[in-house]
Amino acid sequence: MSSGVRSMVSMMTNLEGYVGFANLPNQVYRKSVKRGFEFTLMVVGESGLGKSTLINSLFLTDLYSKDYPGPSLRIKKTVQVEQSKVLVKEGGVQLTLTIVDTPGFGDAVDNSNCWQPVINYIDSKCEDFLNAESRVNRRLMPDNRVHCCLYFIAPSGHGLKPLDIEFMKRLHDKVNVIPLIAKADTLTPEECQLFKKQIMKEIQEHKIQIYEFPDIEDDEDSKLIRKIKERMPLAVVGSNVVIEVNGKKVRGRQYPWGVAEVENGEHCDFTVLRNMLIRTHMQDLKDVTNNVHYENYRSRKLAAVTCNGGVDTSKTKNQMTRSPLAQMEEERREHVMKMKKMETEMEQVFEMKVKEKKQKLKDSEAELERRHEQMKKNLEAQYKELEEKKRHHEEEKSNWEAQQRILEQQKLDASKTMEKNKKKGKIF
Amino acid sequence: PTVPRAGSTLLGYIGIDTIIEQMRKKTMKAGFDFNIMIVGHSGLGKSTLVNTLFKSQVSRWSSGWGGEHKIPKTVEIKAVSHVIEEGGVKMKLTVIDTPGFGDQINNENCWDPISKYINEQYEKFLKEEVNIARKKRIPDTRVHCCLYFISPTGHSLRQLDIEFMKHLSRVVNIIPVIAKSDTMTPDEKNEFKHRVRKELETHGIEYYPQNEFDDDMEDKNENDKIREAMPFAVVGSDKEFQVNGKRVLGRKTAWGVVEVENPNHCEFALLRDFLIRSHLQDLKEVTHNIHYETYRARRLNDNGGLHPISANNTQESNL
Repeated sequence: MSSGVRSMVSMMTNLEGYVGFANLPNQVYRKSVKRGFEFTLMVVGESGLGKSTLINSLFLTDLYSKDYPGPSLRIKKTVQVEQSKVLVKEGGVQLTLTIVDTPGFGDAVDNSNCWQPVINYIDSKCEDFLNAESRVNRRLMPDNRVHCCLYFIAPSGHGLKPLDIEFMKRLHDKVNVIPLIAKADTLTPEECQLFKKQIMKEIQEHKIQIYEFPDIEDDEDSKLIRKIKERMPLAVVGSNVVIEVNGKKVRGRQYPWGVAEVENGEHCDFTVLRNMLIRTHMQDLKDVTNNVHYENYRSRKLAAVTCNGGVDTSKTKNQMTRSPLAQMEEERREHVMKMKKMETEMEQVFEMKVKEKKQKLKDSEAELERRHEQMKKNLEAQYKELEEKKRHHEEEKSNWEAQQRILEQQKLDASKTMEKNKKKGKIF
Repeated sequence: PTVPRAGSTLLGYIGIDTIIEQMRKKTMKAGFDFNIMIVGHSGLGKSTLVNTLFKSQVSRWSSGWGGEHKIPKTVEIKAVSHVIEEGGVKMKLTVIDTPGFGDQINNENCWDPISKYINEQYEKFLKEEVNIARKKRIPDTRVHCCLYFISPTGHSLRQLDIEFMKHLSRVVNIIPVIAKSDTMTPDEKNEFKHRVRKELETHGIEYYPQNEFDDDMEDKNENDKIREAMPFAVVGSDKEFQVNGKRVLGRKTAWGVVEVENPNHCEFALLRDFLIRSHLQDLKEVTHNIHYETYRARRLNDNGGLHPISANNTQESNL
């Protein structure tokens, strides 16, 4: 029997007229615009690295303003995870932007496990999505998963701190990590280059997987991508203050020795970050989150639920491809086998116990017999003794009787003689 | 007791005022010892600043330490000594660096090795002093000054900063400085300094020059002015650039050159003048007369005499 369906080789056919499916992207576009987009961005770093300022600069809003000060201005004792939602509209496109901040990160004297609240948050968002996906009614499925995590590195100029390495190691397989050098106007261009090289070296050393920009086929874009890759990690400066430089109004920071322009590519990599994050790679970040990080989470979660824990990895791989029903069959079979095994085991144990008991009984029987014998012997011995004593006693008795008779005879003789004497005496 | 009679006018020139010249000659021959400790987590430009302060390569990076910027697992104490000479005056400068401070994930008690080191130096000096056959000039390895580098976050002091300064301000002269201050615009700088000063006050941290040790009104006025300007926001550099035809020490960025010695750019000049040109001797005196004496009194009272003590004991009686 030949195999089922023959696969049809798809051929490129030229159309003879205008069909109209070239309009598909527009339909998708219109639907997406109506639906609106969601994007969740997480910022992590020690306080005072300019995270809030950068967010304000990126989205040109005052998410953190004087009335609602950013978390850094409020002193926190433990690591918290805070989220703020903002709705931005541009050109008819709606974006629900969620910024997740982690105040208190790395600020305590003892920072062990300060990454735990962050990991818990990311996992809980993935879990929410998983539950929403598994529901019967899936109409409204909000996507609150963290799409991107901007990690701020302090501009020490030397290398990564142990805390940086620990954090990135633990989060690189859960979320897209993009490391940034904060407050980059501290570094001169040479120091910046050295610092970037050092960081990339350390990242490779520790096998940290930061977000990789995908290669697009377009020549133009790939040049851009390569430029971005060379500049990683991006050194950023944030500011929302507008200053006039040479008649132009720019956003920057005014120093006594000059103005550090935020949007000048030679001063810092802010424009690169903004373009990458918002203009070109936002959708890719969401895709990678959905296809890679979320899938990892999902398979880990489901595998843990269906397996009984201590199963080796080869089995896990097979089980992941089977449907839940087959899974249940397998489980039932396993269970039955287990029961059978337990039964045979029980029987064995039972037999062993019976044997033991029998042996014990035999032993005690033998013991009893022995004792019986011994007692009998004792009795006999006693009996013999008694017999001896009796004989002895009889002997003594007969002796004594004999003696008594003799005594009596003597007495009689004595009395007879006395009587004779008396008779004789009386005569006198 | 005889009361000295109020100054009678001199009838001729005796030459008492030459005593200053005599002292000067003697001290010039003998030379000075100055021990400065620098504390702060890595990457704050400590070594660069020390090099800039003393205009020579005195930090541990320059002394052939291999240039390996690896963060050590525990706080280490590395002391490097150099003899520098200026105008016939010799100074034996010892820079005590503390790599590994504040760099770990868990920084609990990372000031303990530092505290131990400082107390060990006091102990060494005490032992020499108490000797029957004393050396003519006891080598002074006590820490005269501790420069504490504050990270320029722009917000407030970190927990670790407060803890360190609380524990050590009573044992050594602490001078807090704001490192890498070219991160901040002038407004941010002022706000930050103000906030830091407030916080130090709230926690009762007495940094040098301490209020309680002002001798007279003149001192008090001078020191008040300095205290108001502290902590100094500094920038360090050992490279020279050409600005307006002059060669200046600075940092060249794409938008300008930060001049280290320009008072409009940063307060390095203030720190240098304060530390070296006016208060160098005072730092040594406060260390000797106050911190060392406190240590000595405690030691002699505690053990009822001088017995050899273990490292544990030192920490107990002095922390």
